[in-house]
Amino acid sequence: MLGLQPGSSTVVPTSAPVGHRFEPYDSNGGSIAAVCGKDFCIIASDTRQSTGYSIQTRYKPKVFRLNDKATLATNGFAADAEAMVSRIRQRLEWYRHSHGRSMPLHAIARMISTILYGKRFFPYYVYNILGGLDEEGKGAVYSFDPVGSYEREFCRAAGAAQSLIQPFLDNQIMFKNQHSTPEHTVPKPGEMSLPDVLKIVMDSFTSATERHIEVGDGLEMFVVRTPPSAQGEAIGAASVDLKAMGGVEAVGGEDEQEEGAVMVIRRELKKD
Amino acid sequence: MTSVAPQKSKSGFDFSNYSRNHFLDGKGLGGFTATSTGTTIVGLIYKDGIVLGADTRATEGPIVADKNCEKIHYISDNIRCCGAGTAADTEFVTALISSNMQLHALHTGRKPRVVTAMTMLKQRLFQYQGHIGAALVLGGYDATGPQLFTVAPHGSTDKLPYVTMGSGSLAAMAVFESGWHKDMEQKEAVDLVVAAISSGIFNDLGSGSNVDVCIIKKDSTEMLRNYVMPNERAKKEQKYGFAKGTTRFTKEHIYSMIQKEDVFEVGSTAPTPAPLPAAAAGAGGEETMDTS
Repeated sequence: MLGLQPGSSTVVPTSAPVGHRFEPYDSNGGSIAAVCGKDFCIIASDTRQSTGYSIQTRYKPKVFRLNDKATLATNGFAADAEAMVSRIRQRLEWYRHSHGRSMPLHAIARMISTILYGKRFFPYYVYNILGGLDEEGKGAVYSFDPVGSYEREFCRAAGAAQSLIQPFLDNQIMFKNQHSTPEHTVPKPGEMSLPDVLKIVMDSFTSATERHIEVGDGLEMFVVRTPPSAQGEAIGAASVDLKAMGGVEAVGGEDEQEEGAVMVIRRELKKD
Repeated sequence: MTSVAPQKSKSGFDFSNYSRNHFLDGKGLGGFTATSTGTTIVGLIYKDGIVLGADTRATEGPIVADKNCEKIHYISDNIRCCGAGTAADTEFVTALISSNMQLHALHTGRKPRVVTAMTMLKQRLFQYQGHIGAALVLGGYDATGPQLFTVAPHGSTDKLPYVTMGSGSLAAMAVFESGWHKDMEQKEAVDLVVAAISSGIFNDLGSGSNVDVCIIKKDSTEMLRNYVMPNERAKKEQKYGFAKGTTRFTKEHIYSMIQKEDVFEVGSTAPTPAPLPAAAAGAGGEETMDTS
């Protein structure tokens, strides 16, 4: 379609062709974070799902229990995250059928990486953080980019408020920019107790809620640990009474779960 | 691409900028896009006057820049203006019109009228073709009674009994459409404005924090700053102090900022210096002076 200006000698289009292209992606806000300790791992997310300036729902979980020793946090495009999680769950089920045990954490991490890279040229628009216990029972965090690059870390934040939470975690968990003095020794990263890490995670999310419009509504903190029943005498993270803090058993996953292995603590966040 | 010589259009509209914009667009210099207004502002007419309302969140993209800013601006004693859009534009355009309204009132010797402010605002905004990104709700009480307008960034105005603007305007208007009726009582009107702003605060991500309200009647204006505060921050789990010496430094230099000065009253003699220690006084005997 081409219109001409009245009386004009040169051709200037008065209407441009309108392209109706399919937009396969959306960004659904929210934030996730994970921190590991000696014998536990905390994987947290807010529960708001949004698009633009609108809230789609105030409760959409972004953290998923995979088995007794693995929990996955997803962030970015919610539809892709959901498709990914169901694919991962199916692969974990197949693994269990053929091997008679749950897939270990490091193997899940590599599997997620290959699943992501398998869609290198039409990626899942999802940032993943995998948290849990490794084969030695030590806390572990694996973080991924949308096309499958990954690494093991002590702590990681991702999503809308990554730029607000990660520097705080770097300072409080990794003790970056803190130096020992004769009176006060700065502790080593990864040795903090479960209750102390929980406090830092809660403050990360309440603070991100204050300053980021896409973060809020609710907070879910998944705690993965060697369950108290598996030990003779409860020590370390297993001795912490999560039920007293409002912790409940986390459900979902392919295995018959052990009591107290993966628990979730829920908190309210501001709703504005 | 060849440009077109200025040509009169028979329709009466001037399209001379069309080819320029098309040319600019081709060079990647176009992009005259609308600025999003992360705000909820409202106003309504009730039995005795006007109630204005606003949230208090200011944003820079997805980041909250100010958790408790003021969006109800002063125009004159009997006129106020809520602003959404580019913060600097709402601030400056209302301040300028407030100033001009005062000069106008002094010149005419009359109480300023809301239509006057509305006309000044729309002429200013139209002159700038939307580049002054101010979306306003203007309300007041003058010789002609209660008056309520909206002014859009391009200069168009509406005169309505209940209005909303900003990114939370749909959320707020939904409340107005279900709750507004003619000749409301003051409490009823204020409650509806609070409900409309709250709807914006909780359902629109661009709006948040507190509710500001302003009641303008025939002989009084009441500014109710932070009338409702439904979003106060809960106590943190921990304190985050650091032990002294945690932050390393490479050098230390302490500047002497103290300037010593002796002050004598005019006409008086210098006071007796404090008696020196015996050894010093004995050493320099000449320095002691007898003033008796």
